[in-house]
Amino acid sequence: MAERITFARTEEQTMLATTVRDFLEATVDMDTVREASLTENAFNREAWGGLVEMGLVGLHIPEQYGGAGFSFIETAIVFEELGRRVVPVPLLSSIMASAAILAAGSESQKEMLVPPIASGESTATLAVFEHAHDLDACATVANRVENGWSLTGTKRYVTDAPNADQFVVVASTDEGTRLFVVDASTAGVTIAPTPSLDATRPLGELGLEDVHVDSDACLSESDTTAAIRKALDVGVVALAQEQAGGAQRCLEMSVEYAKSRYQFGRAIGSFQAVKHMCADMLVAAEHAKSVATHAARTIDDADESAISVPLAKSVCSDAYIKAAGDTIQIHGGIGFTWEHDAHLYFKRAKSTALLLGSVNSYRDRLADAIGI
Amino acid sequence: MSSSDEATLVNKTIDTLLEQFPPAETEAKAFWAAQFDAGLAWVDFRIGDGGLGVSPSLRETVTRRLSEADAPIWNIAANLLGIGMGAGVLAAHGTEAQRKRWLRPMFLMEEIWCQMFSEPGAGSDVASLSMSAVRDGDEWILNGQKVWTTLAHISKWGMIVTRTDPDQPKHRGLTYFIVDMEAEGVDIRPLYQITGEAEFNEVFFDDVRVNDDQRIDDVGAGWGVAMTTLMNERVAIGGRIVPRNSGTIGAAMTLWNESGPSDIATRRELARLWAEVEAMRLTTLRAAENMQAGVPGPEGSTGKLTWAALNKEVTSFSVEMLGLDGATIPEGYSLEPTSYETREVERVMSPQRSFLRARANSIEGGTSQIMRNILGERVLGLPGEPRVDKDIPWKDVPRG
Ligand SMILES: Cc1cc2nc3c(=O)[nH]c(=O)nc-3n(C[C@H](O)[C@H](O)[C@H](O)COP(=O)(O)OP(=O)(O)OC[C@H]3O[C@@H](n4cnc5c(N)ncnc54)[C@H](O)[C@@H]3O)c2cc1C
Repeated sequence: MAERITFARTEEQTMLATTVRDFLEATVDMDTVREASLTENAFNREAWGGLVEMGLVGLHIPEQYGGAGFSFIETAIVFEELGRRVVPVPLLSSIMASAAILAAGSESQKEMLVPPIASGESTATLAVFEHAHDLDACATVANRVENGWSLTGTKRYVTDAPNADQFVVVASTDEGTRLFVVDASTAGVTIAPTPSLDATRPLGELGLEDVHVDSDACLSESDTTAAIRKALDVGVVALAQEQAGGAQRCLEMSVEYAKSRYQFGRAIGSFQAVKHMCADMLVAAEHAKSVATHAARTIDDADESAISVPLAKSVCSDAYIKAAGDTIQIHGGIGFTWEHDAHLYFKRAKSTALLLGSVNSYRDRLADAIGI
Repeated sequence: MSSSDEATLVNKTIDTLLEQFPPAETEAKAFWAAQFDAGLAWVDFRIGDGGLGVSPSLRETVTRRLSEADAPIWNIAANLLGIGMGAGVLAAHGTEAQRKRWLRPMFLMEEIWCQMFSEPGAGSDVASLSMSAVRDGDEWILNGQKVWTTLAHISKWGMIVTRTDPDQPKHRGLTYFIVDMEAEGVDIRPLYQITGEAEFNEVFFDDVRVNDDQRIDDVGAGWGVAMTTLMNERVAIGGRIVPRNSGTIGAAMTLWNESGPSDIATRRELARLWAEVEAMRLTTLRAAENMQAGVPGPEGSTGKLTWAALNKEVTSFSVEMLGLDGATIPEGYSLEPTSYETREVERVMSPQRSFLRARANSIEGGTSQIMRNILGERVLGLPGEPRVDKDIPWKDVPRG
């Protein structure tokens, strides 16, 4: 790397973090998150409305496509805050969808499709996967018909599918893999929620049965592998930031509890078995912050992101799972109850590690990138 | 100066140094002299003390650029206890005369330093130490024993903590000195370690006289100076900003590429370890950025803790990658204790040697248990454990 790596936030970035944190703390009651986790289409509309109003949905999207034109670092800050409260909003889906369009679309497609996503007017998501293990499998086909295309197939594990207005769909054609923008209301489209381990991030199945779309719905005339990769990488980096925020919040909950819960006449945090778990959690949370921030800063640097993205996935996934698991342990019985928040983080942690591809698949990518 | 002005200053100063003293044509010592005089020894130190008075995070720029230019930077590792720890102590607590006397010859490797804190009866609880120092006019007379003193046998100077007031509770009656290891009454004997080498020693003090101008900070202020030393030690061990792919993880990658088994699971495990090491490296960079000039805070302890655990994992992984060869001892390396005379002879650096040496990482410079206590109590604010030695005069505390 020629550039010196930096992590420090500007004053504006610190202010953004504070504003978002204050807003979410005021708006998102953890009880509502718990309730939402009993539904199949969790969506905190009040929080989403606020994010939309503050212009945070299109924060890093260039101004000519209706965004605020900031760097990805600002968006990453928003994700860190969302992760701290496990907020059920479709921001991840929205930025992956817009990233795909920005990477694959023509100028006129970008101008037409991105602004409604950036403004929050339309909720979009990315429909890529079909198979639990083979992430490249694509049995969904698109055939040329008069004035457009006809799509048939089933997409699974689609984030926020039950709440989406629009889908960016990966399909195979005679000419290669292509991306199509499909409205939820198009004839032949069915959307079924998938019961999810982490119900605060709803997943769903997108059924396509001879769905007709215009020629203009096809985003690119050439190969779209790189565009799909980019959209997923944007998602991985956003999730890494969320994982870092979640791990930090777990640490705070654990430390707070370890100071206030007394057994054997002492605060349990004075027992080394508990104290040392907290110390290890601190290390994990700090590491997660470092790699997530680094990934957010280098997402548009092709060489470095080949390393920083899988690095973030590997480190943040393990860190969050460990932090969330130990949080339950430190809380004892109460940590295992539905009433406590710990399970929301624990489920989010495990499910996030699985989303957008397994940790192992990213370790393989990392191995390629570092030359082993 | 803004941070970008500071970076520019440091980069320009490096340019000039490399131009005037091309590493390929300059003798190491002459290079270090020029580096010190240019303020590039410890950039955050005062001008004249080998620094430029800029942010400590710019130390990384110096190390990186000098190593890219193949400049000699091995003095840092070879005189680690001096350059990595003693220097920080002098910068924070030394008088101007002390800084002028000791910093330059230390950086130029003219004088090697060692650290004498641990004693047979005082390890993790170093504040309970017994080494006595009694005042005699302008001098102090030292008696007692230190142990595990790395490099004592080749050192000119030693940082030492002594007890000057046994009637005070343990933390309060301590005083810190820099002692001449060649002084009369200092007896240094080797201690052999599991690698067969004798990096460390036991050191006996028999009426050793030390001038009062070698005292660091006030009489009775030794604990504060000791803490500065330990903070610097933990940063020197775990907080050193190293290039990507260096050290034992770099060695593991080379080993994999040259002779590793080619199965997916081993490759993934190496990638996982690489990621953890890189996360630690980035965290160190971030901590350096956040650290204010001068004394590093307790956050420096995360690096020491993770480095110890990861280095043990990585070196163990490397030995496993050797397959059956991992159970053998490579040519040129013997595990037998070396003789007193030859203990400085370099041995072959093998994965087996690194594997054995790594066991010390979670003991030296504060054990990992102590590191976790520090993180838990000082960084996270968790309550301490009940103390049986609190507010009791040192001489009345039970020992064993
Ligand atoms: C290679 C090497 C080089 C060294 N170089 C130097 C040197 O140059 N100068 C120097 O002064 N010292 C040096 N040391 C000594 C080192 O600092 C001590 O070994 C270390 O501080 C531990 O002290 P101890 O060995 O007396 O173990 P103890 O303190 O007796 O510890 C024994 C065990 O008890 C645990 N323990 C102790 N207290 C607690 C507690 N409060 N909570 C939980 N667990 C606890 C420890 O973690 C450890 O597992 C070196 C050591 C090694 C291995």
